[in-house]
Amino acid sequence: MNELREVAVTVNGTVYDERVEPRLTLADFLRHSLGLTGTHVGCEHGVCGCCTVRLDGAAVRSCILFAVQVDGHRIETVEGLADGESLHPLQEAFSDHGALQCGFCTPGFLMTAIEFLERNPEPDEDAVRDALSGSLCRCTGYQSIVAAVLDAASRLRQGA
Amino acid sequence: MDRMETPPLAKERTDGHDEPSPVSPRRLVGRSVRRLEDPRRLRGEGTYVDDVHVPGMLHATVVRSPRAHARIRSIDATEAKAAPGIVAILGARELGGDLRPIPVRLVPDERLLRYLQRPLATNRVRYVGEPVALVVARSRAAAEDAAERVEVDYEPLPPVTDASSAPPAPLFDHTPDNLASLIEEAFGNIDAAFARAERVVRLAFRTGRHSAVPMETRGLVAVPDRGAAEGRGRLTVWGPTKVTHFNRSVLAAMLGWPEHRIRLVEPDVGGGFGARGEFYPEDFLVPCAALRLGRPVKWIEDRVEHLSAINHSREQRYELALALDSDGRFLGLRAEIVNDMGAYLRTHGTVVPGLSAGMLPGPYEMQAYRCRVRCVLTNKTPTGTYRAPGRFECNAARERLIDRAARLTGIGRMDLRMRNLVRPERMPFARGTSILGEEVVYDSGDYPAALAEAVALSGFRMSVPDAVPGAGARAGAGSASGDAPEARPESRAGSAANAVPVAPARESGARAESGTRSDGGSYGREEPGRYRYGMGLACFVEKTGTGPFEGARAFLDRSGALVVATGAADLGQGLETCLAQIAGDALGVDHAGITVRHGDTDLIPHGVGSFASRGTVMAGNAVHEAVSELRTRVLERAAARLGVPPGDLAIGPGGLVRGTGGRSCTLAELAAEPGLEMVRYFRCEQMAYSHGVTVARVKVDTATGLVVPERIWLLYDVGRVVNPSIVAGQIEGGVAQGIGGSLLEELRYDDTGQFLSGSFMDYVLPGTTDVPTILHRDLGRSPSPRNPLGVKGAGEVGIAGVGGAVANAVADALADAEREDDELPLTPERVWKRVRCNPSPQTPAAAAAGGRNPV
Repeated sequence: MNELREVAVTVNGTVYDERVEPRLTLADFLRHSLGLTGTHVGCEHGVCGCCTVRLDGAAVRSCILFAVQVDGHRIETVEGLADGESLHPLQEAFSDHGALQCGFCTPGFLMTAIEFLERNPEPDEDAVRDALSGSLCRCTGYQSIVAAVLDAASRLRQGA
Repeated sequence: MDRMETPPLAKERTDGHDEPSPVSPRRLVGRSVRRLEDPRRLRGEGTYVDDVHVPGMLHATVVRSPRAHARIRSIDATEAKAAPGIVAILGARELGGDLRPIPVRLVPDERLLRYLQRPLATNRVRYVGEPVALVVARSRAAAEDAAERVEVDYEPLPPVTDASSAPPAPLFDHTPDNLASLIEEAFGNIDAAFARAERVVRLAFRTGRHSAVPMETRGLVAVPDRGAAEGRGRLTVWGPTKVTHFNRSVLAAMLGWPEHRIRLVEPDVGGGFGARGEFYPEDFLVPCAALRLGRPVKWIEDRVEHLSAINHSREQRYELALALDSDGRFLGLRAEIVNDMGAYLRTHGTVVPGLSAGMLPGPYEMQAYRCRVRCVLTNKTPTGTYRAPGRFECNAARERLIDRAARLTGIGRMDLRMRNLVRPERMPFARGTSILGEEVVYDSGDYPAALAEAVALSGFRMSVPDAVPGAGARAGAGSASGDAPEARPESRAGSAANAVPVAPARESGARAESGTRSDGGSYGREEPGRYRYGMGLACFVEKTGTGPFEGARAFLDRSGALVVATGAADLGQGLETCLAQIAGDALGVDHAGITVRHGDTDLIPHGVGSFASRGTVMAGNAVHEAVSELRTRVLERAAARLGVPPGDLAIGPGGLVRGTGGRSCTLAELAAEPGLEMVRYFRCEQMAYSHGVTVARVKVDTATGLVVPERIWLLYDVGRVVNPSIVAGQIEGGVAQGIGGSLLEELRYDDTGQFLSGSFMDYVLPGTTDVPTILHRDLGRSPSPRNPLGVKGAGEVGIAGVGGAVANAVADALADAEREDDELPLTPERVWKRVRCNPSPQTPAAAAAGGRNPV
């Protein structure tokens, strides 16, 4: 069980070669092996969505994937969203709408929403609520998050 | 002023963002400036406790009891000690004399001492999840593997799972009835009030056990200096929050250490809502292990253990009786409450039931009141506070009782409340009760105006036949029992959809249960009467700004930038931003350049913390005082330097101090010499009371029992608002949690005391499709006269009335408001059974029979 396995993975454009225990989750790999602590772990059983990252573009829960499963794949985390000093329009919209408080669930919402907006550039409120229904936030009551995602959609359409 | 109304998705909450601000005093408070906390949290650069990594760090996990009630015969760690990576296993035998009881933080009472919890069970476990041993290993995985090999031999004892029935066994041999405490509150002559009553209306009400469940679980990293255990150096603990100064005192006392050798540091915190940050068993075990081993030790709670380890809350049963005169005026209220305390008393002692007893009368006038709360121990997780502790429960019970009274007297629900609300000219209003050892005196508020506005905002009167015209209490008074219900339109429940002509808030496809299909057809048409609609409202008063003090230390650093430190905590609510706004106004500089520090016991000698909606009230006023005085010193120093009177100087953008005649200097120049530093402690003897009215509209699917909250309205007054966007977030988040506690969330146990809600599959938190559109508006009329800023707390206003509004809305939808009992959460199972027991809307005669209570 403790025999180490090679994992080569591209995270936010950087290639990492690591040796990991087979049982190491992707979330723990990102957080503790790579030091990318922006991905948060809220339930460790795939319900809360805090640990959501993108795997080859698809939003996935890193707490119920093993690091060895992403060998040869591409991962994007919240740390890769902003462009240097400039926040991503979705991050800007979150701040403008009060869509985060404690911020613990926020990376998961951002990574879920960004994938959704790529597929649905002109969503309505119901579609946003549906898309985000797999992520839990205990602080905001969601109204501000939904507003932020709709606003971000509009900013992205205008090429903001 | 409608500044806070937030029509869905068209909010005007971004006023003033990023304006280059020509700042003048009072420009920041009242504006929705962007939060200073946001950039780091949006980038994933926040530092939460599990992000703290210290070289050489070991990892701990807790061995917990799988049994509700048992004697520990033996603990065998032989196999565990042979596990790979194991460093230490600390049980009661190893820690022995160090296992002192965790003291009560709020309102200590020596009669409660014998029910306190020790960090580890010594010879008896009393709930599933009780810590039995701590396992420390080189990795968390290794610690968890080893913990599974710790063999504990338990001798089962009869479990106590119901606080209301005769106990099968005592939890503590010295207390055979498991009654830890009896709380009484009373004013007026209750017997005379009931003797005079034209009518007495009763209700049995129950609120389910649930809790805060922040998205981040708890965690600690304890870092001893080399030689700390031998008296050299200090111990630093990352991860505490909420009340770090108090927790430092407790840890010092339990370790037998002087306080100055302990530093507690609050990192970014993923939500608290009352439960997180109290001193729990792990808050002793982890630092203790670090000292014994001379190594840093990290413990991160997992979600499964969180659900059985963190304070539970809310489990109360009410037996209420309301005496009314012939005009529907409240003469007296009698209450018998049972509060399920769980297995031990924790840091809140009996504060939660005490808050219920002190706040149950709410915003209503009444001549007499008598309340008794039995605080009963059971073999369940110990309890404590959760957002609006004691009030979510008592507000729901009282407001449901008032709706029953309205139904039985024939007085409209709004009208009955309006007749009894405390009027603004009665302020300050001595309630006649006390909470937290303090007399309850409402400071300000216009409760009738809030109700009127809430009704107007929600269309409550228009949408629901509120009262039969001309039917007052006298109309029903002819009935010998006094229980004749108001006449209701026959058609109401049968074609209930028509009773709510307001356009649905959102017919979400995701919710699937909407009454109208996209093709224009109606599900209800296929199954007549399947969906029933109702509205309910709840009025409430919220206690906020609990004393006794909070402090602020303010200074200009050598660059002239303002730094503010406080003993209050930020658990995600936006304290840094609010305090920066207040500080910015007080000095006359922009908030964005201000550093706000908090939650670190090294920052300031005394701190109380963040709970009871006190952060902005107590820390805010402390910051206001400290920075205002700092400004005076700055201007004096500038006056001396520039040779102009202080009164002719102004501090402006860029930290430039300008005098008349064009003379100026910078704050950096003034701060080059020491002395621009100020510490002030704001004290407040009396709390500030916010208030509000919550309205809910629900749709009930009688086929499945599912209650869909379609819209929530909230009209509130929280005094002067520092940041409307942050207040909106508090309101909306509180409402969402209220929806959870009203419809979804329940921490359940079976008859053996086995815990049934150990995952997010079993404990359902509201998600995006469970929380409806929330429309809220700030009445904005009643600044608190009890502090210089005029602020009141806003953190618990959102949740306080939701339970009552939802319970009343469901009763309205099912046309059974006259029923003698009700409960929360209204899960599909409960509602489905309720509908089955009472399948058709009651005829007045049936309702009268059912509503006649044994007195």
